[in-house]
Amino acid sequence: MKNNWLKKIDWIVLPLIGVGCVLLLWQLSCSTWAKELPSPARTWTNSKDYILKPFEKRGEMDQGILRFTWYSLILVAKGYALALILGTPIGFFLGLSKTFAKTFDPIIQILRPVSPLAWLPLGLVLFLGAGKNASELGALFTIAVCAMWPTVLNTAVGVRAIPQDYLNVAKVLKLSRTKTLFKVLIPATLPYMFTGFRLSLGIAWLVIVAAEMLTGRPGVGGFLWQEYNALIYEHIILCIVTIGVVGFVLDRLMSLVEKRFKAA
Amino acid sequence: MAYLQLTNVSKGFGSNGTRSEVLKDINLSVNKGEFVAIVGYSGAGKTTLISLIAGLLKPDSGTMTLNDLEIAEPGPDRGIVFQNYSLLPWLSVYENILLAVDQVFPNWAAAKKEQHVLKYIDMVNLTPAREKKPHELSGGMRQRVSVARALAMDPQILLLDEPLGALDALTRATLQDEISRIWQENQKTVVLITNDPDEGIYLADRIIPLTAGPNATLGPSFKVEIPRPRDRKLLNHDPRFKELRREVVGFMQTSKQQQHATLTKKLILPDIEPEDLSAPRRFGSRPVRRNEIKEVAVDL
Repeated sequence: MKNNWLKKIDWIVLPLIGVGCVLLLWQLSCSTWAKELPSPARTWTNSKDYILKPFEKRGEMDQGILRFTWYSLILVAKGYALALILGTPIGFFLGLSKTFAKTFDPIIQILRPVSPLAWLPLGLVLFLGAGKNASELGALFTIAVCAMWPTVLNTAVGVRAIPQDYLNVAKVLKLSRTKTLFKVLIPATLPYMFTGFRLSLGIAWLVIVAAEMLTGRPGVGGFLWQEYNALIYEHIILCIVTIGVVGFVLDRLMSLVEKRFKAA
Repeated sequence: MAYLQLTNVSKGFGSNGTRSEVLKDINLSVNKGEFVAIVGYSGAGKTTLISLIAGLLKPDSGTMTLNDLEIAEPGPDRGIVFQNYSLLPWLSVYENILLAVDQVFPNWAAAKKEQHVLKYIDMVNLTPAREKKPHELSGGMRQRVSVARALAMDPQILLLDEPLGALDALTRATLQDEISRIWQENQKTVVLITNDPDEGIYLADRIIPLTAGPNATLGPSFKVEIPRPRDRKLLNHDPRFKELRREVVGFMQTSKQQQHATLTKKLILPDIEPEDLSAPRRFGSRPVRRNEIKEVAVDL
């Protein structure tokens, strides 16, 4: 009986124990060797204003944490949309044409591991002419160019994995190219595409911090960088936790969508 | 000139060093409205043959004509039922068939298309399942959808590639009856590929054995002179059936013996014997079991 009862709540108890362990380690660290690190309690006292009034705007760089998150999410959404719009067709071409794959696969493999921190300056240079929009366009470029690869590669794998039977059906029925694309290729690739979309979203969210740090835009990343310069370390921790939680929630949401398409 | 005519068709795969000839000098003529069964061993090249007729593969040499027109590419005039159903899993039964009907009769009004699709769903007794997705259906039901899809295209010829191969014996028998009934209603020209001589004899007007591969070719054709409708239960005692089966199977076995070859391979037997405790053992090594590896000769 007792065992059963424990099993029922372990989905919440065990993760809480995990969080507790990290908090303990944090507390130990700041009371022994890392004297500058704010303790958990101090972090809470100093940042509760941002959490308890999450939508308040006190100044350009002094806003509630959810308000900052909202700015970041909007930027991510734009960059992510761009990544999908560019990445999906590229993936299709890579999967469909051997010549295309041979031509562009090496350069894709070279560009793929480049860090967002390296892309951002290039993005800013690219859009120098855009005046005050330069930082936004540069950030969008960085997000798109970093987040697009999982979509590209997964779509390509998905297209290559389409069973010959489905292609035979298309051939026997003499489906036109567009009809084959929309009736056979895209539906057959959807599960792979969504795996790519989920991974891309994770990366887009990773990149946002870097983009905002360097451009100084208001958002979670920009706030983090400003508070580092202002030596308010409690708020850095607040930002880290926020970024983590939001990323986790995004990933969960995306995997729900992904599951729906896998089941179909 | 026969309706479907294959003359000296050969097909092989692979390039020079690793090339294997699958089909050699296939000659086949099928008359309009005839039901022909081609029986062959697994791996003999039956699917290659039907893919050639369907136009999914190109022959290395020889000519193929359907209704005096050369077969150059796949098309809906040859309805094909694949062994593995080949239904699109994201479409329902109705949509799968509608996709085919849409393609073959693009000028029909929507209502006429719908009626046409429903007619063929009804013909294979799947009306209650018409909104289901393929993964919700049993193997037999999926194959019936596949048959309905092929028939709904109103093809000149129906190609059945081991349509019942993946089904259990009972479902198989039911579907054989259904194919027989549908054929008698439609009188389409049918080429059935199968590995079961009984199935061929039960369904077809003519049964042609395919010799064992490589370099498989068609044997003499045996006319099935058993009147329709054929009764499965009586068939087993029909002397003509027994004689025919003996001849077909006999021919196939002779053709196989001519290709006789032996292959030796090593088999690793599962660990079912106790360990040989007297055998010397080193630290860290697994004790050797007697007869762990056996060499066997396999007839091909």
